Amino acid sequence: MTSQVKTRRRPVAVDPVPWWLKVFGGLVVAFFILPTLFVIPMSFSSATTFQFPPPGFSWRLYENFFTNPVWLDSLGNSFLVASLTALLATTVGTAAAVALSRLDGKAARFARTVLMVPIVAPSIVVAVAVYISFLGWRLTGTVGGYVLAHTAIAVPYVLVSVTGALGGFDQRLLKASASLGASPLRSFVRVTMPLISRGILTGAIFAFIVSFDEVVIALFLRSPLFQTMPVQMYNSVTVEIDPTISAASSLMVLAVTIIFILPQLLRGRAGRRQERRP
Amino acid sequence: MTRQTTVEATGSRLGTGLGTEIRLEGVTKDYGLAAPAVDDISLTIEPGEFMTLLGPSGSGKTTTLNLIAGFETLTEGTISLDGADVSAVPPHRRNLGMLFQNYALFPHMTVAQNVAYPLRERKVPKPEIARKVAEVLELVQLTGRDDTHPSRLSGGQQQRVALARAIVFEPKALLLDEPLGALDRNLRAALQTEIRRIHREVGSTFVFVTHDQEEAMNLADRIALFNNGRIEQVGTPQQLYAAPETLFTARFLGDSNVFELGAVGTGGTVAWEGESWGVDPETVAAHPGVRAAGAIVVRPEDVEVAGSRDAVPVGANAVRASVRDVEYMGSYRTLLLTVGERGLLGRARVSALRGEYAIGDEVVLWWRPRAQRIVAA
Ligand SMILES: Nc1ncnc2c1ncn2[C@@H]1O[C@H](COP(=O)(O)OP(=O)(O)OP(=O)(O)O)[C@@H](O)[C@H]1O
Ligand SMILES: [Mg+2]
Repeated sequence: MTSQVKTRRRPVAVDPVPWWLKVFGGLVVAFFILPTLFVIPMSFSSATTFQFPPPGFSWRLYENFFTNPVWLDSLGNSFLVASLTALLATTVGTAAAVALSRLDGKAARFARTVLMVPIVAPSIVVAVAVYISFLGWRLTGTVGGYVLAHTAIAVPYVLVSVTGALGGFDQRLLKASASLGASPLRSFVRVTMPLISRGILTGAIFAFIVSFDEVVIALFLRSPLFQTMPVQMYNSVTVEIDPTISAASSLMVLAVTIIFILPQLLRGRAGRRQERRP
Repeated sequence: MTRQTTVEATGSRLGTGLGTEIRLEGVTKDYGLAAPAVDDISLTIEPGEFMTLLGPSGSGKTTTLNLIAGFETLTEGTISLDGADVSAVPPHRRNLGMLFQNYALFPHMTVAQNVAYPLRERKVPKPEIARKVAEVLELVQLTGRDDTHPSRLSGGQQQRVALARAIVFEPKALLLDEPLGALDRNLRAALQTEIRRIHREVGSTFVFVTHDQEEAMNLADRIALFNNGRIEQVGTPQQLYAAPETLFTARFLGDSNVFELGAVGTGGTVAWEGESWGVDPETVAAHPGVRAAGAIVVRPEDVEVAGSRDAVPVGANAVRASVRDVEYMGSYRTLLLTVGERGLLGRARVSALRGEYAIGDEVVLWWRPRAQRIVAA
């Protein structure tokens, strides 16, 4: 009986990946990164118009970018809005996730669904709704307006990642913490937060990038005095044909990539530090 | 501020030797299910007492402990600590230590950080924290493991850390919810001894929940036996074993031979399957239900085995039985018996010196009326 089971067991080695799956995987990867592969060489082009392949190498587009206050301001604005959005959305999303993890029943499910709506609602619908209400509240063209609107669409991402982290969190630790004299707030700070920090960090990064990339709402909210980088990029191809956009795009790709990779590097170091402990 | 002075006033020794009285009055917890989880229980736990809440699964022990700790709100009744009603006090201000079956150590903190946690919450000065942590780790025999993370410790060690953490701040009482449930037999025994020792050294009130009668017998000053959300009987382990009030208590603690009687008269004898047995009035439980429906309980070690009725002394109660099986236990053996006409399962413990018994042997069981107990069925 046992020997039969043994012989029937599948080989320990991983099944070989069939060739068609490799090809398909390659195509998917290419589909995602090809645009970037075109943009980056073009950002070093010496031409004054869009040309591929670039006729020669030059830093001129980057020079344009870093000497033109319109580009630089929009980059600064984007960082400001995205940072504040990340802060606010992470706070709100984490609070919501923690609260919802303790509740169950219809009301909690309903609240969760409502919070997720911004992910599935078409951006243009959200943008128009935001625009109309913010006009009335005089929030268009203000940092606060951008941050509020972006927070609304970023909260679901935080909610999802923190809820995931809370899945592995032992709620009984909070009972222990309370019995040891910690108020609910202190317990959150000293026990819950450190143990779900990965989820919070991931949520914050997503919130940052959602805001950093966001263009539809930003187009509606823009004012001559305040625009974000994606809006300026949009202007640069629709209003004027400015090849500086390829430098701007490359910088965006670089920024987003760094932001994604950074916590992994940090985590790797922290993980190793943990392991070295006796 | 006040807390700090309290900590200083108690000096360097852990524990004050002064326990807290825990009084439950008419305590009820109703989750809206068919029956309340805890149903109108009243119990006074004396200062410094080791009280065990014993009972089968689902009988309301954990709920009672959670009510004392403040994790559940009372449906009815009051709970007071040293005479002060704490019903409205949140758990983190009740100053009660708690131990859980799953240890509930903070995985992101070292042993020392875990133990220092309640002291830091009470803003105890750093040097004092260091001293107390060292002291309590010595008490639980974990000196030198300060910087270890809990995941690197064995289950028994983890529970010791949890114990250290739960007593280091000198709580008013320690509540333990099946703290040894996840440990293997040998470790359980070792930790039982240790918990008793720490109880003696710390001198505070311990409330220990378990469904293991042996554990309760080993540890407790007194046992409160739970059944269906009610307390069946409270008493010392000896009282509960020797003088059960109800059949539930008799069956839950130790083995017994049970003869159900129906109504118990006030006469000097009772009848069971045609046998007439003498009754010692002192062995009739005070329980009000006993007259309406009673049962005779005789412990296996109080039963004697004879070859025939002629060998039964005058005045003893006797019944016919046949040997179903024999369990050899070293110096004694336990006979499993088929008793009476309806084939009741019985047990008798006999010395190994008293001859051999074979399966199928016809014997007579007998015992003195003083050795039996008439309980409410
Ligand atoms: N939060 C809750 N909601 C609803 N019912 C509950 C809740 N907690 C406990 N109960 C019910 O209350 C009753 C008593 O449960 P409790 O946990 O106190 O039992 P216990 O004696 O500790 O049992 P065990 O030995 O299995 O731990 C059970 O019927 C249980 O289903
Ligand atoms: Mg329980």
